[in-house]
Amino acid sequence: MRNAFIVFVLTAVTIAAQAPKPYTAPRMPDGHPDLQGTYDLATLTPIERPAGMNAVLTKEEAAKLERAAAVAREEGDKSIKGDRSAPPKGGDGSRGPAGNVGGYNTGWLDPGSTYTVVDGQKRSSIVIDPPNGRVPTMKPAALRRTLSLIARPTSDAQESNDPGLEPAGSYDDPERRPLGERCLLGFGSTSGPPALPDYFYNNLHQIVQTRDSIMILTEMVHDARIVRMNAQHLPKTIRRWMGDSIGRWDGDTLVVDTTNFTDKTRFRGSTENLHVIERFTRVDARTLLYRFTIEDPDTWEKPWTGEYAWPATNERIFEYACHEANYALPGILSGARLREKEGGK
Amino acid sequence: MKLLSVMLVSAALAAGQTAAYRAPRADGGKPDLNGIWQAINEANYDLQAHTARPAMALRAGPYGPVPAAAVVALGAVGAVPPSLGVVEGGEIPYKPDALAKKKANQENWLTLDPEIKCYLPGVPRATYLPYPFQILQNASRIFFAYEYAGAVRDILLKDPGPAPVDSWMGQSVGHWEGETLVVDVTGMNDQTWFDRAGNFHSDAVHVVERYTRTSADVITYEAVIEDPKVFTRPWKIRMPLYRRQDTQILDFKCPEFVEELLYGPLRKKPLAR
Repeated sequence: MRNAFIVFVLTAVTIAAQAPKPYTAPRMPDGHPDLQGTYDLATLTPIERPAGMNAVLTKEEAAKLERAAAVAREEGDKSIKGDRSAPPKGGDGSRGPAGNVGGYNTGWLDPGSTYTVVDGQKRSSIVIDPPNGRVPTMKPAALRRTLSLIARPTSDAQESNDPGLEPAGSYDDPERRPLGERCLLGFGSTSGPPALPDYFYNNLHQIVQTRDSIMILTEMVHDARIVRMNAQHLPKTIRRWMGDSIGRWDGDTLVVDTTNFTDKTRFRGSTENLHVIERFTRVDARTLLYRFTIEDPDTWEKPWTGEYAWPATNERIFEYACHEANYALPGILSGARLREKEGGK
Repeated sequence: MKLLSVMLVSAALAAGQTAAYRAPRADGGKPDLNGIWQAINEANYDLQAHTARPAMALRAGPYGPVPAAAVVALGAVGAVPPSLGVVEGGEIPYKPDALAKKKANQENWLTLDPEIKCYLPGVPRATYLPYPFQILQNASRIFFAYEYAGAVRDILLKDPGPAPVDSWMGQSVGHWEGETLVVDVTGMNDQTWFDRAGNFHSDAVHVVERYTRTSADVITYEAVIEDPKVFTRPWKIRMPLYRRQDTQILDFKCPEFVEELLYGPLRKKPLAR
């Protein structure tokens, strides 16, 4: 009996010694966790899970993919041979920056170098629900609506399209260009909400936290989203580019509820009735966990959810003065007018 | 400490002065600047004292200046309201060739004022544009979010050294002097104006702002502007900033509003101009 008791006590002590202490975030004076910092959202983890991948990458899979990304970057950063000739007029026909005459050298890009880690797992996608890691298909009516509005790009539209793939009329007016090209919001839903990696550059975000207002700054395009704590939503007549965000604390998690989007944001083809719920939790001294749920009954049958880590960075956010130096948009429109004049499409 | 404060206040009262306003403390123990603030004055039209004018863009009329053709349809809405000015001493001390450039700016206001194109306004113009801005302040951070064009300023509380690159809103480094937040702004480019009257600066401009709570709903704001390429000496502006109790910062994303102005002629089917 005594031996069993000793074994019991030793086992209990051992378990207690091995059980990880749950992390407690440092507090603000009002008692809530301090979520502040500057974060770099760049990650190799895509929004949707590629076919054939598990939700969680093994250490070996992740290492292989991260190494491949590093090698591609090293290759891209190599000096260009001085004897290389110019590409043929109009590009060599292949897709992407190699084939077109435009595009960024890798030195300009900062797409991330590692897969996002949540709960110690290297994730293959940001979307976690549905469990297949893919955004649910749109409702048929939503698909029809999106196709009819296809010349009005969405807030998550990426920066470049290969020529010849855009729908007719894409260059008729500035209002038909992506919001990023117009410098109205950063591309790739970088500010959102939901705030997503843009897989290109300038993925820094900064949080400044007071009792009544929590400000989330998105580097591109210097968009400050002010979350009003414990407040009511704006009236339905007031719509905002990033919606209207109100916040409350759920234990140590900041829950942000956003509605009142404009009908021009159209995240992933959704409507102005988009409803985004975000959850911010500090999981260690240098990391926030960011989780979001997307609801729009006019677009998707059920809500869907994603999550990824926001690691702190020592970098500083500099000014992204997009509109002030927007040579691209007039250049793109002028180019289209010239092409029409020369008899092209 | 509290006894000393009481004694000092009593002494001041005994001397026949009103006690200076003491703002509540924010987290961190400094005067609390949190809130939504806005200037109520005509500084953005013209920093200097002036009588009302027919318009910001003028042309010669038979009996004096009249609104330029491009703005005549605005009528009184396009007129410039009068002001006693916000410049200490009244005059902005331009060097002679710089004064000529200011006059040329004013004459060509419609094509040159960056506010028309919704460009970031720089400092101090961001302070007195007719739109509210919000100050967020805690023990370790101070951040300004302006409604106009969504301009932002992170007020660094640790000096990182010279700005590595010029920007529209500059690099702001803040520290407290008693009850006053002092913000040192460097690294601004030469693209912003001070107002709609063509007052301008070079990329050598250096602005030092002072924010002091002087009552429950007022910040007294001062800015000293120094620019040896443009002015003969530093000069100062001063104005109250009032608390907005009735609003929150909303969207004034004006790049959208100037697309017709900037890109209208590039439409496939341009509208009549």
